[in-house]
Amino acid sequence: MSRLLPFFGFLLLVLLFGFGIWWNTQHDQREVPSPLINKPAPAFVLPKLDDPAQTVSRDALLGKPYLINVFASWCIACGEEHPVLMTQGKSIGVPLVGYNYKDATDDAKDWLSKHGNPYDMVIVDREGRTAIDFGVYGAPESFLVDGKGVIRYKRIGPLTPEVIEKELKPAIAALSKEAP
Amino acid sequence: MTPELGQLALILALLLALAQGVLPLIGAWNGSRALMSVARPAAAGQAVFVALAFGLLTWAFLSFDFSVQYVADNSNLALPWYYRVAAVWGAHEGSLLLWIFILNLWTLALATLSRNLPELFVARVLGVLGLVAVGFLAFIVFTSNPFARLLPMPPDGGDLNPVLQDPGMTFHPPVLYMGYVGFSVAFAFSIAALLGGELEQAWVRWARPWTNVAWGFLTAGIVAGSWWAYAELGWGGWWFWDPVENASFMPWLVGAALIHAQAVTEKRGGLRAWTILLSIFAFSLSLLGTFLVRSGVLTSVHAFASDPRRGLFILCFLAVVVGGSLLLYALRAPKVAGGKPFAVVSRETAILIGNLMLTVAAAMVLLGTLFPLLGDALNLGKISVGPPYFGFLFTLLMIPIVVLLPFGPYLRWGKSDVPVLKKVMWRAGLAAIACAIIAAFVTSGESKAIAGTAAAVWCGFGTLLYVVKRWREMPAGRRYPAEMAGMLLAHFGVGVFLAGVLLTNALSVERDVRVAPGETQSIGGYDFRFDGVHHTQGPNWQGDQGTVTVLRHGSEVAVMHPQKRTYLRGQVQTESAIDPGLFRDLYVALGEPMDAKQPEGAWALRLYDKPFIRWVWVGGLLMMLGGFFAAADRRFRTKRVAATEMPPATVLQESRA
Amino acid sequence: MSPRSSSVGAHPVRDNPTKRQTWGRAQGALLQMLCLLLFTGLAFAQAIDPLPFKDHAQEVRFQSLTRELRCLVCQNENLADSNADLARDLRHEVFDLMQQGKSDDEIKQYLVDRYSDFVLYDPPMKASTMLLWFGPFLILLAGAAVVVVTVRRRGRAAAAVANDKPTDEGDDW
Repeated sequence: MSRLLPFFGFLLLVLLFGFGIWWNTQHDQREVPSPLINKPAPAFVLPKLDDPAQTVSRDALLGKPYLINVFASWCIACGEEHPVLMTQGKSIGVPLVGYNYKDATDDAKDWLSKHGNPYDMVIVDREGRTAIDFGVYGAPESFLVDGKGVIRYKRIGPLTPEVIEKELKPAIAALSKEAP
Repeated sequence: MTPELGQLALILALLLALAQGVLPLIGAWNGSRALMSVARPAAAGQAVFVALAFGLLTWAFLSFDFSVQYVADNSNLALPWYYRVAAVWGAHEGSLLLWIFILNLWTLALATLSRNLPELFVARVLGVLGLVAVGFLAFIVFTSNPFARLLPMPPDGGDLNPVLQDPGMTFHPPVLYMGYVGFSVAFAFSIAALLGGELEQAWVRWARPWTNVAWGFLTAGIVAGSWWAYAELGWGGWWFWDPVENASFMPWLVGAALIHAQAVTEKRGGLRAWTILLSIFAFSLSLLGTFLVRSGVLTSVHAFASDPRRGLFILCFLAVVVGGSLLLYALRAPKVAGGKPFAVVSRETAILIGNLMLTVAAAMVLLGTLFPLLGDALNLGKISVGPPYFGFLFTLLMIPIVVLLPFGPYLRWGKSDVPVLKKVMWRAGLAAIACAIIAAFVTSGESKAIAGTAAAVWCGFGTLLYVVKRWREMPAGRRYPAEMAGMLLAHFGVGVFLAGVLLTNALSVERDVRVAPGETQSIGGYDFRFDGVHHTQGPNWQGDQGTVTVLRHGSEVAVMHPQKRTYLRGQVQTESAIDPGLFRDLYVALGEPMDAKQPEGAWALRLYDKPFIRWVWVGGLLMMLGGFFAAADRRFRTKRVAATEMPPATVLQESRA
Repeated sequence: MSPRSSSVGAHPVRDNPTKRQTWGRAQGALLQMLCLLLFTGLAFAQAIDPLPFKDHAQEVRFQSLTRELRCLVCQNENLADSNADLARDLRHEVFDLMQQGKSDDEIKQYLVDRYSDFVLYDPPMKASTMLLWFGPFLILLAGAAVVVVTVRRRGRAAAAVANDKPTDEGDDW
């Protein structure tokens, strides 16, 4: 019955499109999953916001997991995410490292003093060079790095209470389970 | 008050479309002439109300009626009137209204020009068109009402996207839709043929002119879109294999296959089922294009606002219309291969091969366009498919067609004499090789330029050989029947197109440069002297205008004025300066001042020399003309068909066959 | 030059809060609008970016390489044409890597390591893309088989029938 072939082929197409519509309601279509999950974080060395003479490196942070949160004063979505970090930052359970991305230092400092500073420390990437190594393509993004310096989870877009409960905290819990 | 009239008009149109869709088909099924005769008046009524709605929306734009949400979103007080008219179809709701308006234009044309066709058949054709109209009108009325109110009415509106404020963009959607929507006629003819059990052997001959004209319009629409992208979107590209471009290209490819398959079916009786299937494919791809652009299923610069509810509606409509037709095809298409036999070396075989390549190309474009979605569905990861894939495979698939093209008119139906073909091969081949050698010298061995020259001359000269042969052998007045003239024009256009694509690909030069006023930079033998930037303005924008003087061998060739405009709502747009030419375009885009605080200092500019770029569109326009000429052939004008009045009983029997 | 600000095109009519649902979708919509504006050559037409190439050949290589790479911010554009900030940063990255003597494949791999295959407009040949690269070929084979069968069958019938005479005008149309 080769005459039915086009019909069945078309049926498959309809299924694919139906899936596409459904998938779009669940996901942000523009999201590009990171290839760095379960790979070592890039070996960064970046200055601190409040004391540019001091630098922070990946190796210096080994030993305990931490959350890198990429933000900037010019980024509106970061402004939406910020109150969530202020209220829930401590409850996440790991140190929060603010990653100031392609920002003017003064702008960043003003922004933090105006909106509050939820971070345990803030590092600065003025040119965005290191951010490329992290595969950052837009702020805000967050990376969960474990004690061995391996990226275990990446959030593209702002952290919301829902994402923190459903994705971030379980990922952190999974880390502590495997610690010897 | 008037926007609500528009809404009412659409509802009435929907009701009339229902009548037009359902009643004649029932009438054709049970032989009721009364029901069948509803078709034309219902179509006329629907057209009146759709035209009214379209007119009311246009009026709302022209009279700055910002109480209509759609008008407020897409225009403002400073937008010139011609762009306010273009804004009617500038966004989702209005473009759907344009779609149904154009469907009505085609339906009216069909209703008027089909008086000589059997009533039964026309009833079915108009019925199918009515059902299609029902789908679109329902979609508009229930999910995409262009007349929705915005209250309280704002004092001023948003803006028509500056990218759309361009003559090319004004022209592109209506022409493109004439093509897209036009395939619904070929579709309706095929469905009518399936429903009627193909009683009317001549139905393909009736369908041909409609299909050719639709394909011609689609060609023009694609050319307009490509030209607009080149002029407006900056950066000198003319085709990006963007999902929405692909959505218009797939029906074009299938349409090209269809017009050739129809020729075989009409003249030789063969490929009947394939012709029907192709018309279903062509229209399905048009509907698919509509779906892709509005469902948000694919990212594209072209995509209208995506909404899962709308996407689902169109998907259901698509499933019913296309699924239904393909089921009907499976059940009712001719099972036995008919038509006159043909040898291996014959025009039929060549057309079959051409059909194969065009259809596979369309399938390839579909696969590449949908693959990212498939990747998500099958969890293959995020994959991108772009020009390196499409361009490469498309070129490969077109090679057999290019090779066969010059032989087309020389091949005979049924069986061809090989010696004639050999002569063509030698003559066109030698011409191609000779020109290729010249190209090799002139371009210092650029392989794409050589290939392009060879292919273009092979096709173009090969076609001219036949033009000359006809001139010599036939008496004046009988040399070029319209259908043949159309074929020759279009095939020659393919040669011109090939030259344009490959030569511009091989020979274009682009450079980003930093220039201070008075300095000169060179590309492609042209010297571009930057003469500074000054402020300028238009009806709804302010901007910076640069002056670039182009010299060649010391004498002035052109003065170009690239601009950067800031529109009222803050959107900024680069208006590149183009110096058009038959053999090359020069193209300058204004970047940024090297020091933002010193706009009278140095600026960054992008300079292009694009040889033969216009040939791409000239080739396309020749193909379009070919389609129109072919449709005008006297053979296609129907004479009054006598003795088709059959007693209802017989009609009943036969339509149940 | 400060990175792109987002107060462009804000309008009281369009920013209707009831149309925004989740932040994810809102951000997506905002980004898409911004990209459409960037695509048209927004304020910082940063795609025009004169770089100190060693020679014309290197410039051509850079152009064709960046045309094959996809911008992650304005996902409908390639790296060569995108005005986005990230696109400019990545173009400079590609330029630096070229200066360091890396080959095209190495540069592509560098970006894929950081941004996944998404960044390549030329889909890599992998198990997951077999269908993509070979699908059309399979369809061609299937179709060619049908054409061959059809031509053979009709050819046999043609051999049994006398040659068609041309129409009386000597015209094969």
